[in-house]
Amino acid sequence: MTELHTMTVAELAAALRSRQVSSVELARSFLARIERHQADLNAFISITAEAALEQAGKADERLRGGDAGALTGVPIAHKDIFCTAGEKTTCGSRMLANFVSPYDATVVERLRAAGVVMLGKTNMDEFAMGSSNETSYFGPVRNPWDPLRVPGGSSGGSAAAVAARLAPAATATDTGGSIRQPAALCGVTGIKPTYGRVSRYGMVAFASSLDQGGLITQSAQDAALLLAAMAGFDERDSTSVELPVPDYAAGLEQPLKGLKIGLLKEFFDRGLDDEIERHIRAALDVLRAQGAVLKEVSLPNLPLSVPTYYVVAPAECSSNLARFDGVRYGYRCEKPRDLLDLYQRSRGEGFGAEVKRRIMTGTYVLSAGYYDAFYLKAQRVRQLISNDFEHAFHEVDVVIGPTTPTAAFELGAKTSDPVTMYLNDIYTIGANLAGLPAMSVPCGFVQGLPVGMQIIGAHFGEERLLNVAHRYQCETDWHRRAPPGFVA
Amino acid sequence: MYDFAPFFLPEIEPIAMSLNHRDIENIAYLARLALTVEEIPVYVEGLSRILAMVAELERADTSQVEPMAHPLPGQRTRLRADVVTETDRHQLFQRNAPQVEAALYLVPRVIE
Repeated sequence: MTELHTMTVAELAAALRSRQVSSVELARSFLARIERHQADLNAFISITAEAALEQAGKADERLRGGDAGALTGVPIAHKDIFCTAGEKTTCGSRMLANFVSPYDATVVERLRAAGVVMLGKTNMDEFAMGSSNETSYFGPVRNPWDPLRVPGGSSGGSAAAVAARLAPAATATDTGGSIRQPAALCGVTGIKPTYGRVSRYGMVAFASSLDQGGLITQSAQDAALLLAAMAGFDERDSTSVELPVPDYAAGLEQPLKGLKIGLLKEFFDRGLDDEIERHIRAALDVLRAQGAVLKEVSLPNLPLSVPTYYVVAPAECSSNLARFDGVRYGYRCEKPRDLLDLYQRSRGEGFGAEVKRRIMTGTYVLSAGYYDAFYLKAQRVRQLISNDFEHAFHEVDVVIGPTTPTAAFELGAKTSDPVTMYLNDIYTIGANLAGLPAMSVPCGFVQGLPVGMQIIGAHFGEERLLNVAHRYQCETDWHRRAPPGFVA
Repeated sequence: MYDFAPFFLPEIEPIAMSLNHRDIENIAYLARLALTVEEIPVYVEGLSRILAMVAELERADTSQVEPMAHPLPGQRTRLRADVVTETDRHQLFQRNAPQVEAALYLVPRVIE
């Protein structure tokens, strides 16, 4: 049999059902890889070996008893932003360094019910605020393709773990690009579903009108299998949408003949790395050869998505993170003089530099006298950006462009100026502002570093996105390539 | 300037948006964040840069558009029925509390 760690979720599920391998064997094999590479990659915050083996044992019983589902026994990792009952959920922060979740996030609960085994919790930018995984209280994650470079963020641990084949798949979240950007920089597949498609219950909140749970996998096929198990209405999330979940796997093979692909003028205009552009255009040729047609579309307000985001997201962050008070849970400072001192020092010491920067930006834009000029203005521009996308989707089925302007950069290269760091998300933020589903799939290498193609769809168009990504992956092998140090 | 600033480098100079030391102290107070003296100048610079970038929003004509209220068109936040659905699990939840006594959260004295 092929080496276990190189197999996709679909392949592992088949091997489990045909009893070529047991779930306990799989869990042991991946746990050993995680342990072996923890020191060099730092992809995990917690390794939940005991829980993994217990869940794998139960999965094996189900497999023996014949009541196993499509995913029973498959191991995955969870981003440490998802609450996992009885295990630590730190969100990459000192504030929650000792927080043991009293309940499971809906995503975790649904995957567990499907028989999926949890290997551990992946490292991330603190409270998902970052694009390089350098803001984590638990130290940066390293890119498996080059340990001197960042894996992207905020789901850097999930992306590095899947790229290094430490886990066949991982959950992740995306508020401004936090699934797609690290997926691109690590050479793996990432999907951010439509806002409201996946429950946010038990997912630590950053910016509630933008946050959405999703996946990082090796292939679009794996994303289809796992998304079907975790998506769908949840009454515990007030913005969860009551729509049935399609059988994503069943739609993967649809022919692309007649598919209308929008080429975003603003994405190709200026500022894009020439080599990345060459790869995206080559990927478009692959889709065109299958009958897709290209059409240029323009979203005139899209260039304003970064400034819009950096008003809306910090505003929501400052409100959401007000809950950390040093009283009910989380970090508490030593010997507070009075209540004000308790709040101020617990928060000042418990949050890292970037989180404090965002809380303060949000506090400022929401404060009296600035609310209209900043927050309401940004929400108006957000509506314009959303309208632009809506018009585009009258003309085309999907929009394709790059995921990132460059390949992975070096650790420390962009930490001195926040705005330089924020510009990494220039191509990804638009989909969050408009609540649209979007994917990143590997489409080539620039000087040995992977780059991604981004596919954005209309609301609830996940099925079409996965279909396009899958058909592309049937014709290419970029997604099957593992970083040289992690092949064996 | 920025690596790929051409993507949205403003055609007009953005309004100068700079904050000073006192502004940062005031914002930090509103946000209930204790900052060290070393942190303050870092945030003076960082927030000023962010606000200069954000000032580009001025370029958009938004006179004919309402602020977005929900990311999905036509959706409204769903309300649930006003009935008790949760059981009392305070013991479990208070395991994460820094200081608890007799099921009460302890804080420094508020009323003298």
